[in-house]
Formats: sequence, structure tokens, C-alpha cells
Amino acid sequence: MTAMTKETPLDTVAIRAQFPILSREVHGRPLVYLDNAATTQKPQSVIDALANYYSTMNANIHRGLHTLAEEATAAYEDVRKQVAEFIRASSHREVVFTRNTTESLNLLAYTLGARLRPGDEIVLTSAEHHSNLVPWQLVAQRTGAVLRFIELNDDQQIDVDTARAAINANTRIVSIVHMSNVLGSIAPVAEISEMARSVGATMIVDAAQSAPHLPIDVAELGVDYLAFSAHKMLGPTGVGVLWGRQELLADLDPFLGGGEMISVVTREESSWAALPHKFEAGTPNIADVVAFGAAIEFLNDVGMDAIAAHDADLTGYAVEQLSRLEGLDIYGPSDPAERSAVVAFNYRDIHSHDVATILDRSGIAVRAGHHCAQPLMRTLGVPATARASFYLYNERSEVDALVDGLLEAGERFGFERGA
Amino acid sequence: MASNREAQNPVDLDDLYRDVILDHYRSPRNRGVRDDATVSAEGFNPSCGDEIQLSVAIVDGTLNGLGFGGSGCSISQSSASMMTEALSGRTLDSAREMSKHVQQMLTDDTFDLDSVDLGDLEALSGVARFPVRIKCGLLAWKVLDQALANASGEAVNDDSDIPTRVTSG
Repeated sequence: MTAMTKETPLDTVAIRAQFPILSREVHGRPLVYLDNAATTQKPQSVIDALANYYSTMNANIHRGLHTLAEEATAAYEDVRKQVAEFIRASSHREVVFTRNTTESLNLLAYTLGARLRPGDEIVLTSAEHHSNLVPWQLVAQRTGAVLRFIELNDDQQIDVDTARAAINANTRIVSIVHMSNVLGSIAPVAEISEMARSVGATMIVDAAQSAPHLPIDVAELGVDYLAFSAHKMLGPTGVGVLWGRQELLADLDPFLGGGEMISVVTREESSWAALPHKFEAGTPNIADVVAFGAAIEFLNDVGMDAIAAHDADLTGYAVEQLSRLEGLDIYGPSDPAERSAVVAFNYRDIHSHDVATILDRSGIAVRAGHHCAQPLMRTLGVPATARASFYLYNERSEVDALVDGLLEAGERFGFERGA
Repeated sequence: MASNREAQNPVDLDDLYRDVILDHYRSPRNRGVRDDATVSAEGFNPSCGDEIQLSVAIVDGTLNGLGFGGSGCSISQSSASMMTEALSGRTLDSAREMSKHVQQMLTDDTFDLDSVDLGDLEALSGVARFPVRIKCGLLAWKVLDQALANASGEAVNDDSDIPTRVTSG
């Protein structure tokens, strides 16, 4: 560690220098970007990879016989191997590229859902993003399957006991969020996987928030499927990942039909391409997948352990500083070890939209609203929250700016300054 | 570019958070459901969760009184509160006219405030300069349009993305 890293395990000065957008101003103030749970900013290497792909090797993949097609195919398939390594998958054939986490989860809901019968149970948590709720509602309506929910415990966390109360012999599918995009809570996935396995249920994890912030080892988690998005981990928009155990993916029917995913096609029927191509119908998002490779390289260079430590440190600091403000409610587990990267809050009686608008005038970007988790908002008993979310380039000084901005919002709404 | 436009014409938070708005947010007028309501309507902004329920007592073509409920940000709630005050005692035609003008003011930052008398509602004129907040200001008025249309049995031609629902009585 150098002298610059005394705050957290990361040299944020050096890291920030690689993100061009972080040097821009918003309303005449330096940008303080605290909306990373929505999407992260991109380093120059990712931007360059995208431009470089189109400048030097653009071609359609897998079917061309010319040099460009060969290069583009190799670049695309190399990223599949990178992703497999990143999540410690046993084979790159287990990595399917989709548009986003939502599409990955819809693929599973559609294909696995076709096997469900009335009375079968699908277990979710009460903290799901709509992307891991609505697809299963559609399945339940279609099949007569029943949705059950793992409730939050008193500390606003999914724990083994609340999971045990929801999983039983009728459970066919358990699909849960790894890290909540509102609470920042980290669910005990390995233990819940064990429970799912013991009743013969399929275990799915929405890792949209966790893959960017925690080292992921799919074998260690013991899950059957895992879904996440490139754009929340320095990559471009438009690329999602579905990882699944090879024997399970091989056994699933295709989701979308078309070119690329077939082996032999006659007028009447078709046979499917081998994994993972069976699930990648049509021309994929080649350029963005290639650029995603540069994002993974960036994360690997910094190190996921260091990133996890940095994000946890910053989250702890934010919780500590925000807690000092009178009239500020923070949601999520009280134990800092059980949360990371996200701090949702409400400040006095100021609606989160007003908080967000006022912070924006100080160059501070936060999210406000229901965070695509309306049922969770109802569980928490609030219509909406503000949310600050952090990543590897954020610094403690930005948390301080947030606190300052909140005090200013308080003043505007008639509260005296003074934490 | 937006930033150039802002440089020529700076947008200040004071344009949005006028004292009148904060006053109506803190001390909403006509909060609650009217017992004598002849028509009611409700609407919400799916993207942000703001919601307004409106009940209106209409007698012989005149709005005798309005009551509102719901939750949301200072802009959505103060807009509703000011609306209930401004429309009370107006005829249906006059209320429709005012709704049209307020909606123009909320969506067009070149709207000429001198051309009409909107009273306290003029405090909402700054909303037009905060594009993401326009739908907050509009919500109550879209709900009103639905309620008034229902009162006279008309269909509303609404191209906004605010879902509204009308109930009678």
C-alpha cells in the first residue's frame, strides 16, 4: 500500500484518473457519483475497447470465414472465458450472454417455469428487485405454481431461519437476491443453497449487485444458476450473464429461437446448437461483450478482494456519518459485516425526490424512489427512499459531500443546520 | 447542449422550492376525502411512486369543493393542495381552463405568466425548468382532468405517462 491508500485499501486517486467522466462538473460542481447500484461509470480502457472493436475488427461472429469474423469471434469467445474465470465456473460453456440480468432471469423463469405444476412452490425473498419477481409472477399465473417469500428478520436481513420458514417439500425453485439493491444486505446464499438442495429445488441467485462488489465463486455458493449485468461492474450496457451448471443448461429447452442457436433446421423442426450457443439466438451484442472483457480485466487488476474491502469500508463510513444527522433513517442490516455498497435512507420529512433534486444541484448523483422494489418499500413502510451507492472510485470525501448536501436540503426545508 | 443552455440561463433551486410550495407541502389544504363528493379519481407516477387521490363535489356545474389524499414529493403534494384551493367555487369550464393553463406553465418554461392569473399556483412555474420533476407537478392536474371528464361523461385525450383511474361518487 502506498501513502495514498490510508483511507481504504484502494488507491482511489490513481483509479479515478482512469474514468474520464469523473473529472466533469455538474451544475458547476465536481461530479460526486453515488448511483453505482443503478449503473457504474466506465474506465478509459472499456471505452477504448468498444471503439477499437468497431475500428479494427467489426464483423458478425461464428459464421464468417474471413479474417475479421475470425478475430471478432475470438475476441467475443475470449470474454466468455474471462467471465467463467471471474466467477470460478468450471467451463466457459456454462456462460451465456444475454442483454442484462433481467433477461437472464426471464430465460430461467420461462424455461424452468414450463416444468411447473399447480401447487409447486417458487421461493423468492421480500427484497427482490422487480426483475426477480415479475418473471416468476408470470410463471405462477401460467402454471398455477405458488409464490412464497423469505421474509426479512428484525434486522432487515434475509437469514437462515427466515429461509427455513419458506422452503419445504413443495419448493421447486428458490430464486433470491444475493445483495439487495436497497438494503445492501448480503444473503447467506451458501446455506440457503444447501436448503434448496435438500428438498430437490433449483437454486438461482440474482447477483446483479453482488458480482460487482464481492468475489464470486459459484461452486462455493453451491448454486445452480447465477445472473448479473456488465454495466453495474464497469462494463457497457446491453450485456448480461447467465451462468448455469453445464448439465442443467444442457437439459433446458431454448428460450429464444433463431439463427446461431441451431444445429440442423428443416421445414418442420430443428436441433439445437451446443452450449452455450443454444441460448444465444441471433447476432449477439458483440461489441459490448468485447468491451466487457476490458472491464473484467480492470476489476482483476485492482482485485476483487480489495474492491470488496474498499466498498465495505466506505459503506461503514457512510452509515456512521449519516447516522449522526438528526432525523435520518437508514435501512438495512445494522451489522456492517452483513452489508455493502448501498445505503438507502430518508432524511427528516423531505421526500427522497426533493433530496435527490437538491443534491443534484451540488453535483451529487443519488437515486430516489422505489428502486424497482415496490413490495420491499411496503415492507419497510415507506413510499420511497434516497439511496447512495458506492464503487471502487468513490472516496470518503464524497460521503462528506453527501452529508453536507443533506444539511443544505434540510436548511431549504426549514431545518436548522447542525447535525 | 443542456449545459450551454444552463450557462445562458442558470437554473436555481430557489426557482423550484418557493416558500409557497414548502408551505403547502408542510401544511396541506383540503386534505382528506369529501363526504359530498360526486366524483373522484386517483393517479400515480409509476416511475417514482407519487400518488394523488382526488374527490370533487360538483353541484349544478360548479366545483363546490375538492379534497385530496396521497403521498409524494413536495412538488406533487403542493401542486394538489394549491389546486384544491384555486378551483373551489369555479365552474367546470373555468376549472378546465385553469387546468389547461397550469399544465402549459408546468411544461413550457417560456410560458407567459402575465397572460393569465394563476394566483399562488404561479409558484410552480419553476418546475418547467426541472424536466425530471414536471410529472410531479402535473400529477394532480391529470387526475383532475380525469375526474372532470367523468363528471361530464367525456373521454380524456391524455398522452402523458401518468396512469389515472376514475371512480364515481
